[in-house]
Order: sequence, then structure tokens, then C-alpha cells
Amino acid sequence: MPANQKILLVDDDQDLLDLYQQILARMPSRPEILTARNGARAGAMLESEPFALLICDLRMPKMDGLQLLAIVRRKYPQIRTVVLTSVLDEEFRSRAYAIGVDLFWIKPGTDAEVQSFIDCLESLLTREAQAGFRGLQNKSLMDLLQLECLSQNSLVLRITNGPLTGNIWIQSGDIIDAAADELTGEPAFKAILTWKNGTFESLPAESDRPRAIQKNYNALLLETMQAIDESREASPPAANGAARPPAAGEPALTWLSRLDGAEFALIADADPQGRAETHGLENSAAAIRWARQTRQRFERIAERLHAGPLQQIECLGPQRSVSLAPHAAAILCLGWRPDLSAAEIHDRTRKAFTLWAS
Amino acid sequence: MGFLNFRSKSAAELMRLPTGCFTVDPAGKVVASTLPQSFPLPLLQEISAQVLATFRDAQAAQLPLTEIVVRFASLRITARDMLGGAIVFVSPKNPQTIAPHLN
Repeated sequence: MPANQKILLVDDDQDLLDLYQQILARMPSRPEILTARNGARAGAMLESEPFALLICDLRMPKMDGLQLLAIVRRKYPQIRTVVLTSVLDEEFRSRAYAIGVDLFWIKPGTDAEVQSFIDCLESLLTREAQAGFRGLQNKSLMDLLQLECLSQNSLVLRITNGPLTGNIWIQSGDIIDAAADELTGEPAFKAILTWKNGTFESLPAESDRPRAIQKNYNALLLETMQAIDESREASPPAANGAARPPAAGEPALTWLSRLDGAEFALIADADPQGRAETHGLENSAAAIRWARQTRQRFERIAERLHAGPLQQIECLGPQRSVSLAPHAAAILCLGWRPDLSAAEIHDRTRKAFTLWAS
Repeated sequence: MGFLNFRSKSAAELMRLPTGCFTVDPAGKVVASTLPQSFPLPLLQEISAQVLATFRDAQAAQLPLTEIVVRFASLRITARDMLGGAIVFVSPKNPQTIAPHLN
């Protein structure tokens, strides 16, 4: 591990900063601990030197922790982020994870909790030094889960599949909860296991995560795989145009506009001066402009509300419906037959977007 | 080590995501709202302005719309066109609750 890894600790209470600085000095990797008493100061420090990890409180005057974290996730995605707070509220925990923080930790109150906290931070720093994701591309998610459960491990497994992200909580070899999109518990677990590819990342365990899945892991995995098999037999992929994978070398716009129910496809850089391509669209210049403005408008709203990143927009219209999804610096916009429901458009757009983004 | 969290801060409160709905007229004026009064009016006005502009610009791009569903990581905004104005529903995407879904 590099000797000069730096941790930035942000809290408006100087006494707590001093205390945590002493506690973090006990970390085996001996990182350099720097402190900031507000978000503006933290922003300036992040601008001037590289940090491996940011730990911040939620309640701070002027710029609160959620605001700071949203900025850090956007500007410095490589920095690991940890919330350290006394706010015992599930809403803020959910929002912090929605923003993309690596760890949400209630301020420790006992020696054991302090030690767990130090271990988790050490794990975050160590994993970063070892090049982040574990190399498991050749194993299925099922293999990985079995391995973790058999080893009686405790961790949070984060799975990223294009724009989709899911978390699976494993505690002492038991799968206790899962979350993906708006789903939690077993439905989320089953949804994640339908993903055919993606990247895996193990995050430190959350010992205080309430158990939402009661089945043992063997029964859960077996039942989930049976459900997936039955679902595949009942509806082969060809029956759902939105899930049809593109042929090798087929341009994205071509296969996107051939999706079941799709009437046009538009891919554009978010930058007004950037590239844009359309297929099946007559008034393309105006539609491109609208797509860019709409993304920009609602990303601004997301930032002001601290609502996490903009994920997708579905618009219903009498002549045609439209969906829009941002991906890095690009926008995917699809036009749909007007008879499709909002739920159908949502589902088809997600599938199309996943294929396109990957 | 209980001294680590012996005090809690009260000065700086975190803004909660709102739940509720509001109506806005074609000029962008909020005419009725069930959102908590603590929710800042400028933010409400900004959401209204962006929703109305999205409907208006879509019409100009020959993509007339009647409903917009905007999904953020932790919030959903659903807006329905009402003769140039709009009714806007705001609901947090909290895994612990099932948010109302409009179809």
C-alpha cells in the first residue's frame, strides 16, 4: 500500500475532529489524516491534493454532508466515501447510498464499534490499493454468492451492470437483504440474479443491517434459479423485443430503433456542441435540443434536492411517448408507440439502456 | 467510548425529501400544495419552472406530452399537463415505503 494515502475527515465540530484524528491514527496502514470543518474547505482541499478516502458528517451548516458527497461523487468518483453520523434515520441512509457512498456508519459508541469502524476503513483503503474490484469476471454471480456463504463471510456485495446497481448484504454466510432500484429483500435479490453480466465489488459488512431475507442461502439460491429458469421457458428472449441483444457490429441506433414498440432512437452527447445521431426521427434537431435541455434541467433539480443522480425519464404523449436516460456524457432517447403504458416504457427503456451502455 | 456520540447537533438540520403534490398554473405560479411548509418555496418554484419548460419545449419539438415521470436515485417526480399548467407529484424512493405509482 502506498505510504502516503490520505484521508479527509469533515465535521463542523473541532473536538470530534481531533478525537477521530486520534482514533484513525490507530489504523494499521498509518494513512495521513487531514481535517476540514466545512464543505467549502473540504472542496478546496480535494481540489489541491489527492485523497483516497473522504469521511464526512451529515449535519453541517451551509453545505451539509449530502451536498458535499454529491459533489465529491461527481467530481472525484475515484475517492472512497464514508458517512459518519449520529443521524439514525433510514431516509438519510438510503439517500447516502443512492448518491453512491461506500459506507454509512453510525458514530461508534463502544471500543468494539470503534475497532469495527477502523477495520472497515482499512478494508476500503486496502482494496483501493489492490486495484479495486476483485477479479471475478469468469465466475457467475451464483458462484460468487456460494463462495461467500460457504466461507461464512460478512460483507456487502455491490453488483454493477451498466447503469444498474444492486447490493446484497451477507452476514456470517447468510444472505440477509438485497436492494436494487426500488426493490428490496427477496424481489431485489431475484432481480439482481437475472443480470447476465456486470462487475462485483465487496464492501465492508454492515453489522446493523436489519435482516429482511429469512431463508437460508441454499434454499434462496435454489428457489431463485428455479424461478429464473421457469421465467425463461415461459417467455423466451425473442418474445420481448426490448431485450433482443444487438447482432455483432450492428450500429446501436439501428437495433435500438427496431425494439418492440420503438419508433425512433436518438443518441447525443450532453454537450450542445457534441455529436448527435438519430434514427427514425423527422424533426431531429429540435428533439436533440429538447433531450439535452431536459437532462440538464433535471440534473440541476437532482443537485438542488440532493436526490441522487438522475436515472431515467419517461414521458407519455398522445402521438408518441418518449424516454430518456443519461449515461456518462451521453444521452439515450427513445420514442415509443403511444399505446405503451408508463410501466412498459420504463421496463423496456431500462433493458435497452443496459444493453446500450454495456 | 460512549463519549464519542454523547452530544447531538441541533443547529444544522438536514433537508428531508418531500412527499406530496402541488399544482402550478401556466404562468408558473404554485396555486395549491400538499408539500410540507418546511420545503423551500424557491425549490418548489424551480421544479415547477423546469416541468413547465419541459412540456413546452417538447411541444415545440413536435413531441407533445401529457405526463412526465422523472426518476432520481432517491426521488420520483411525476408531472401531468393541465392545460398549460401541471399537477406534480413528488415521492421519495425509500426502500422502506412503497411510493404511489401513477399509470
